[in-house]
Amino acid sequence: MERIPILKMGDYLLITIQVDMHDKLALTLQNDLTEQIVRHKSKGILIDISALEIVDSFIGRMLGIIASMSRLLDAETVVVGMQPAVAITLVELGLSMKGIRTALNVEKGMAVLRATLGEQEYDGDSSSQF
Amino acid sequence: MIRVLSSESMQIRTTEDVVSVRQAVRKKAVALGFGLVDQTKVVTASSELARNTLDHGGGGTARIEVLENERRSGLRLTFEDQGPGIEDIQRALSDGYTSGGGMGLGLGGSKRLSHEFDIKSQPGMGTTVSILRWK
Repeated sequence: MERIPILKMGDYLLITIQVDMHDKLALTLQNDLTEQIVRHKSKGILIDISALEIVDSFIGRMLGIIASMSRLLDAETVVVGMQPAVAITLVELGLSMKGIRTALNVEKGMAVLRATLGEQEYDGDSSSQF
Repeated sequence: MIRVLSSESMQIRTTEDVVSVRQAVRKKAVALGFGLVDQTKVVTASSELARNTLDHGGGGTARIEVLENERRSGLRLTFEDQGPGIEDIQRALSDGYTSGGGMGLGLGGSKRLSHEFDIKSQPGMGTTVSILRWK
């Protein structure tokens, strides 16, 4: 079955949306993501939409739903990498993406999560204390 | 006077068809030499309207036409369904009004993303929405 991969990066989960989203794929992603948040006790979700050529109200709604679900499971969501043409179009469409945090790229999104969660920098090795 | 240079019709029966319509519109917009922002606007509008056709109209057709007049070329997209129709078009055009669990931005939003917008609908007679974006 077609699905969107979810990568674990330290305390965070990274989702890169690269395909044209449709209903079944969106539902599968919601199920997979909520499961992984619980399994890994993830505190932050990064959704990279830099490969998306458009964001319509369907995808906007899906991002909002994911952010709300994640919040209920005690995880923060940051949407990163929106293309400038997409931002221009979204405003004209009337979709303000209220309640969804954004950052320009994955790196800046990680910084937002770190600042929000008040955590030490994740350095990728296991030297940190448990 | 507007001349139709090409016309292509597509079925909208599934959510995958909405994706296909989007891709076909993108291809035409690129071929016409639309800039990236204009491409994004017309493709986004097509996505909203194709989804309306599917969700509210129970499916239908999309027609993609390449047009030109004396001064410029453009893309006209027409979405037609034989669904329940719209009782109050003014209300359906206002942001936030929804009958289908969406965000209610589809009609008003795609109107804002287009240069010309036309809607014909009657309860029980289906809905036809047409948008035009000039290059």
